[in-house]
Amino acid sequence: MLAYILRRLLYAIPILIGVNLLTFALFFIVNTPEDMARMQLGAKHVTPDAIERWKVEHGYDRPLLLNAKASGSAQLTDTIFFQHSAAMFVFEFGKGDDGRNIGNEIRTRMGPSLAIALPVFVIGLLVNITFALLMVFFRSTYLDLWGVVLCVVLMSISGLFYIIAGQYFISKMWNLLPISGFAGGVDGLKFIMLPVLIGVVAGIGSGARWYRTIFLEEIGKDYVRTARAKGLSEVRVLFRHILKNGMIPILTGAVVVLPLLFMGSLITESFFGIPGLGSYTIDAIQAQDFAVVRAMVFLGSFLYIVGLILTDISYSWADPRVRLQ
Amino acid sequence: MNALLNVDKLVTAFGRGDDALRVVDGISFHVAAGETYALLGESGCGKSMTALSLMRLLPDGGHIASGSVQLDGQDVLALPEFDMRGVRGGGMAMIFQEPMLALNPVIKVGTQIAEALELHQHLTGQAAWDAARALLDSVGVPDAERRLDSYPFELSGGLRQRVMIAMALAGKPKLLIADEPTTALDVTIQAQVLEVLRQLRTEQQMGMLLITHDLGVVAENADRVGVMYAGELVEEGARDAFFAAPKHPYSRMLFEALPRPGDGGRLTTIPGQVPGFDNELQGCRFAPRCPYAIARCQSESPDWQELNGQRVRCHLAAELPVRIERELTAHAKSTQSEEPLLQVDGLKVHFPVRRGFFQRTVGYVRAVDEVSLSIQAGRTLALVGESGCGKTTVGKALLRLIEPTAGTVSLGGETIHVNNAATLRRQAQMVFQDPFSSLNPRMRVADILLEGMDALCVGAAKDRHEVMTQLLRQVGLPEDAGGRYPHAFSGGQRQRIAIARALAVSPQLVICDEPTSALDVSVQAQILNLLKDLQDSLGLAYLFITHNLAVVDYLAHDVAVMYLGRIVEQGAAADVLSSPRHPYTQALVSAVPRIEAQTGQRIIRLAGDQPSPLNPPQGCHFHPRCSHASEACRQTFPDPTLLDNGHWVRCHWVAAQS
Amino acid sequence: MNSAWSSFDFVLLWTDALIFALVAGVLVLVFFIRRQEHLRAPWRAVAQRPMAIGAALVLSVFVVIGLLDSLHYREKMPDSPADAPHYSVDVLSVFDALVGDLRTQQEKTYSEPMAMQLYAKEFVQRDGVAVREYPRLKFGGSHLRHASEREPDITRRSLIGLAQGLAVSLLLFGLLAAWQARRAQNSFGEWFMLWGEGRLDWPGRTVAVIVMLLLMMGGLLIHLAAAYHVFGTDKVGQDVLYISLKSIRTGLVIGTLTTLVTLPLAIGLGIAAGYFRGWIDDVIQYVYTVLNSIPGVLLIAAAVLIVQVYVESNPDLFDTAARRADIRLLALCLIMGVTSWTGLARLLRGESLKLRTLDYVEAARAFGVSHSRIISRHIFPNVFHLVLIAIVLDFSGLVLAEAVLSYVGVGVDPSMHSWGNMINGSRLELAREPVVWWQLGAAFTFMFTLVLAANLFADGVRDAFDPRQGGRR
Repeated sequence: MLAYILRRLLYAIPILIGVNLLTFALFFIVNTPEDMARMQLGAKHVTPDAIERWKVEHGYDRPLLLNAKASGSAQLTDTIFFQHSAAMFVFEFGKGDDGRNIGNEIRTRMGPSLAIALPVFVIGLLVNITFALLMVFFRSTYLDLWGVVLCVVLMSISGLFYIIAGQYFISKMWNLLPISGFAGGVDGLKFIMLPVLIGVVAGIGSGARWYRTIFLEEIGKDYVRTARAKGLSEVRVLFRHILKNGMIPILTGAVVVLPLLFMGSLITESFFGIPGLGSYTIDAIQAQDFAVVRAMVFLGSFLYIVGLILTDISYSWADPRVRLQ
Repeated sequence: MNALLNVDKLVTAFGRGDDALRVVDGISFHVAAGETYALLGESGCGKSMTALSLMRLLPDGGHIASGSVQLDGQDVLALPEFDMRGVRGGGMAMIFQEPMLALNPVIKVGTQIAEALELHQHLTGQAAWDAARALLDSVGVPDAERRLDSYPFELSGGLRQRVMIAMALAGKPKLLIADEPTTALDVTIQAQVLEVLRQLRTEQQMGMLLITHDLGVVAENADRVGVMYAGELVEEGARDAFFAAPKHPYSRMLFEALPRPGDGGRLTTIPGQVPGFDNELQGCRFAPRCPYAIARCQSESPDWQELNGQRVRCHLAAELPVRIERELTAHAKSTQSEEPLLQVDGLKVHFPVRRGFFQRTVGYVRAVDEVSLSIQAGRTLALVGESGCGKTTVGKALLRLIEPTAGTVSLGGETIHVNNAATLRRQAQMVFQDPFSSLNPRMRVADILLEGMDALCVGAAKDRHEVMTQLLRQVGLPEDAGGRYPHAFSGGQRQRIAIARALAVSPQLVICDEPTSALDVSVQAQILNLLKDLQDSLGLAYLFITHNLAVVDYLAHDVAVMYLGRIVEQGAAADVLSSPRHPYTQALVSAVPRIEAQTGQRIIRLAGDQPSPLNPPQGCHFHPRCSHASEACRQTFPDPTLLDNGHWVRCHWVAAQS
Repeated sequence: MNSAWSSFDFVLLWTDALIFALVAGVLVLVFFIRRQEHLRAPWRAVAQRPMAIGAALVLSVFVVIGLLDSLHYREKMPDSPADAPHYSVDVLSVFDALVGDLRTQQEKTYSEPMAMQLYAKEFVQRDGVAVREYPRLKFGGSHLRHASEREPDITRRSLIGLAQGLAVSLLLFGLLAAWQARRAQNSFGEWFMLWGEGRLDWPGRTVAVIVMLLLMMGGLLIHLAAAYHVFGTDKVGQDVLYISLKSIRTGLVIGTLTTLVTLPLAIGLGIAAGYFRGWIDDVIQYVYTVLNSIPGVLLIAAAVLIVQVYVESNPDLFDTAARRADIRLLALCLIMGVTSWTGLARLLRGESLKLRTLDYVEAARAFGVSHSRIISRHIFPNVFHLVLIAIVLDFSGLVLAEAVLSYVGVGVDPSMHSWGNMINGSRLELAREPVVWWQLGAAFTFMFTLVLAANLFADGVRDAFDPRQGGRR
C-alpha cells in the first residue's frame, strides 16, 4: 500500500511539470510579454518605452528559457521560465499587479473560502444521499417519479439564478440574512448561512439524481436479494447493504474535489463578497493579472492531484477488495 | 395433506392485463419434512421464478396472480410483509446460484451470518459470532474462526457456497430452497457441496426444494422429481420411478439428449427451443416440439393423469412406445495417419506478476506449463480440467491470441512463428464458450461470416457470398439468416453461427472452447451432433476444451486431463474414462453425478480446492489433495508412466504400482 | 437589371459554416441510423416516451429559430452606387428580417413589460413647462390614446393570438387525424378513440397538447409583440424579447459546436487508450490528467485572453463587429471542447478495455483482422450509444456554463446577445427601486425552458440507449 502511494506521488511530478509547461506556453509563448503589456497599458499608452518599463516592473525583461548573457547556472536560472514557472514548485508565486505577495494572499484567503465550501460540501453530500435514498426507497412509485422530475427541474436552473433569487428574496425582501459580506469567528455565521444554503440547494438536482442511479444499480444486484431472503427489512437492506456498497463510488467521487474546496467557488464568493480564493481568482481574471492567474492554475492542479491520490487511498479504505489485494 | 410446503395452482405473472407474461402458470406440488423435491427444467422454464414466488421476492414488475402457498399450514401469500420477513430465513431459507454475487462484497462473512442470527435467533455480539462459527463448522468450512473475518472475495467458490448455506441455516428454516446451488461450481467442488446439503437434510429433517437443470444432480439427491416446461409442471413422480421410466415425451427426450458414457449413439435432439412466454400458449406447450403430437395436443391442454404412481400431463402418456431407440452411428474411425496435424511441444504461458514500488516482476502465474499435445487430422482430442486449470489459455495460445512464453506449435508439418501467422489462421480456428459474447451484436450475420474470408483473402470476392449461404445451410440455419443481427437468434442458433464463422476459412483444426456449456441439454445435443456431422463430412480435427466428462465421452477420440497448467493423464478417451489411473482423474470421473442406477461406486471426495496457479505446490501440483501422496510427490514432478495403448500418466503412485 | 438578391451581401460566419456542416452531419447520421436496426430501435423507444417527445418538440422550436438566425447577410446601403455597392456594417440574419420591427423599435431606456411608459421619470416640455413625469414610449403602446385603453387592448390581443393559435393547431390536428386514419384504414372516429385513450403507437396526446400550446404561445407573442415590448426593454431601450430570441443561437452554438470539437478527441484518444493499452494508454492518460487538473475556468480564461490579443492585433481580418464576436464565440467553443473531452474519453477508454477482451474481438483477431478494422467494426459501433448519450447530456451543461463564463468575463463577446450577458448586465439593476427584473426574468425563462427540454430529452435518450438503466425510471 505504502509503495503504491509513493508511486502515485512520484507520478504526480510529471503531471505538475506538464501543467507548468502548458501554462508557461500559454502565458509566455503564445501570449508574449509584449502582448500582455500592450493589453494592460491600453492602446493609448503603448510606446516601446512603456512596454519595456512594464516588463521590468513585472520581471518579464529576461529571456524565456536561456539567458545567453548570464554565466554559469544563471544561464538557466535568470530566465522567465525559472523565475516565474519553475519557482512555483516551491510555492514561490511572486507578486501580483497590486504589489502584494501572492503566497500570502493565498494563505489568508483560504480560510474564508473553506468556511463556505466545506459546509456546502458536507451538508450537500448528506442532503443528496438522503434525498437519493428516499427516492430509491419509494422507487417505482409516483413519489420517485416526481422526485426525479424535481431533480431535473432543479438542475435545469443556472447557478446564477439560485444566487440572485436567494439574495433578492431572503436578504432584500424578507431581510432575513445579510446580502453579502464576511466576518471571522461566530459573527461570520450570519454571512455564511445564505451562501451555504444556496450552494446546497443548487447542488441537489444533479447530486441526488446521480446518487439515485448508483443506489438503483446496487439494488438490482444479487446480494440484495440474499439480504431480503434472510428476512431483513427493506430499511435495513437499504441502509446497511446498499448504502455500504453505494458509498464506495460516492465517497471516491467526493474525495477528488475535497482538496479543491480550498479554491472556493468563483461565483458564490464574488456575489457574496467573500474574501476567498474564488473572488481573488475572478478579480485577477477581470483585471488580467497574469501572475495571479498562473499561481491559481498551479495551485488548482496541485490540489487536484492531491485529490486523485486521496481518492486512491480512500478507495482502498472503503473497498476491502482493493485494500486486501 | 400433511406436507411441510403445499403449493397450489400458483400463478406468477409479469405485467398486468392482456400483456401479462405468466412465467409460472398454475403449479401445484408439495414437499414433506426431510424430503428433497427437485424441480427440473431447462433455462427459462420458470423454476427460479417459482422459488422466488415462494419467498415473495419477485423482481420488480413480477407479482403472484393467484394460487396459494402454505408452509406448515400457514398461508404464506396472505401474510403481511412484516410477518413475511419472519418466514424468510426463518420458515424457509434460500441459497442462490452464483455465490460470488449473492454475498455482499463489502461486508465480512461473519457479520453477514450474524445478521441472520440476530434476526431469527435474537443472538447478538459474541453469542452471534460463536453461533456463526458453529454454523460454518457444520457446513465443513475449515478454520471457521478465521473465515468469519474474511470478505467473500477472499474465499473460493466452494467456500462461498458453504457460507451461503450456513447463512441460510442461521434461522433454522424448515424448508431450504436451493436454486441451482452447484451450477457455478466445478464438479469436484459440486460433489462436496451436495454432500453437505444431503447431510444437513438428514440431520435437521429439513424439507428441501432443489432447483436444477442437471439430471445427474437430481438422480443423486432428490426423493421426488417435478419436471417443468414453459411455466408448467408436466410430470411428477418418485425419483426411482421417474429415472426408470420417464412418462412425458419431454422428460424422455431430456434423457435421450444427454450424452452418456459408453454410448456412441447419436443424441436425440429436441427440435426448436423453449417457447417464450409472450407467444400464444394454447394446448400442450410441448406440442410444437413433440414428435408424437396429435391434433388434440395443439388445441387442448392435457390434464394430470396417474400412471404407475407417476403423475404426468400428456394425452398420450399411456400409449407412448417404451423407449426411443437411439440411432447408432459409430465413431468415424479415421485411420491413424502417421503425421499429426497439430503438434505442440513444451508450450508454456507465463504471466508476470508485478509488485511493489518499482513494479518488479516478483513471480509468474504459470497458467500453462510444459504442455505437449498432438492431434491427427479428423480426430478429436478433449482437453479436460476444472476452471482455472489453464485449458482455455492453451487454446488461445495455440492461435496466438495469447503470446506463448515458450514451446513450439506446428500445424500440418509447418512450425508456426510470428511471420507465418496467416497460415495458422487459415488452418486453425476457434469456437468460443459464450455464444452471446462471441458474436458482435452490431454486425449482421453475413458480415460476421464474411469477416474471416475478407481478412484472410479466402476465395474470390465474388464467390464469398455463395460460400456464405452454403455455410449457413451446412450448420442448419435458414438462408435468410445472413441479413439479420445476432440478437434475433437463440443461444443454440448463435453457436451455429459461431461454428459457421470458424468454418468460413475452411480450417482443418477447430478449437472448441466449452462450446456447449452455456446451452441447455436439448440444445447441447443439437450442437454436439452438428460437430460430429461436420467432422465426418469435412474431416475436421477438434481440440475440444471442456469440463464436462459426458461430452468428452460422446465426442472425443483422445483425452488429456489438465491440472494447474500441466497435463497429468492422457490417452484414448475410452481408456481414460473407464479406467482412470491418476488420482485426480479418478476423483473427477467419480464426482460426476450419474443418472444410471447407483453402481455402488464410491465418490472419491477431494479435500480442499485447486490451489492458485500463482503459487502452485512443489513437486506434483496435486499432492496436497491426494490421498496417495508420498514424499516423492512433494519433491518432484513425476515423469510420464506409459501404461498401454498410448495411455500415460504422470504420477509417482501409479509408477510405483506398475 | 439587378435582381433583389444583389441588394444583399451574404455573410458566412465561421460558426454559421460549422452549424450547417453540423446539420449536414446530423442528416447523414439520421440516414445511417435508419439503416441500422440496433440504433433505430432505441430511437423508436425515445419517440414513444411522452416526456422525451414533448421536450424534442420544444427543442425543435429553439433549433429552428437558431438556424434562421444563422443565415447572415448585409444590406446594401441605399445611396451606394450600383457598380461598387457599399454594404451596411450591420450583419443581419433571416431571423432579423422575419421579426422585422422588433429589432429596430428602440426606446430610450428601461421600460417594464407591456408598458406604454418609460421606467424612469424625465423632464418633458408640456405646454411650455418642464414637467417631471413618465414619458410615453416611442413604440410600445404608442397606438393607445390613453392609459386606460391599455388593459382592454392587451386582453383583446391576447385572446386573438390564443384563438388563432388554437385554430391553427386544430386544423393541423384535423389534417393529421385524416391522414393517420386513412393510412391505418380506420374511420375518423376510431382513430380519435385510439388517440383519446392513448393507444396509438406514438404518444399522440402529448404531441397534440404540446404543439397546441406552442402554437397558442406563438400566436400570443406575435399579437402582443406587434404593439408592445412583451418583455420590456433594456438599458439602451432594446426589446428584451428580441435579445432573448437572439440569444438562442448563442446557446445552441455553444451547446453543439463544443461537442463537435470534443468528439474526435474523445473518441479517437479514448478508444485508442483502451484498445492498444501499453504506452499509448500511458501517454493519453497523462495528457488528460494534465488537462483535467487545470481548473477549467482558468484555462478558458487564459485561452480567451489569447484570442482577444490575437483579434486586437489583426483588425484587418475581422472587418465587422459580428465577425469579431463570432471568432470569440468559436474560440470559446474550441477551448471548452479541448477542456471537456476528458470525461467521455475516460468512459470510452474503460468501455474499450472491456470490449477488447470479448470473444468476438478475439475471434476477429483469430482471423488476423487489422487493428483499424477491429476498432471501426467491433469497438466503435459498440460504444456509439455512449457517445450519443454524452452528446445530449453535455448539451445542457454547456448552455448553463455559458452564463457563468460570461459572468466571469471570459464568455462570449459583450456585444453578442447571450443569456449570460443579459444576466450579467442586469444583476446590478436589482438594487434599483422598483426592481428591474424583466431582463433576468426573460433570460431565466428562455434558458430554463431550453435546458429543461434538453435534460428531459437527454433522459429519454439515455434510458433508451443505456442497457443498464433500461426500463428503470
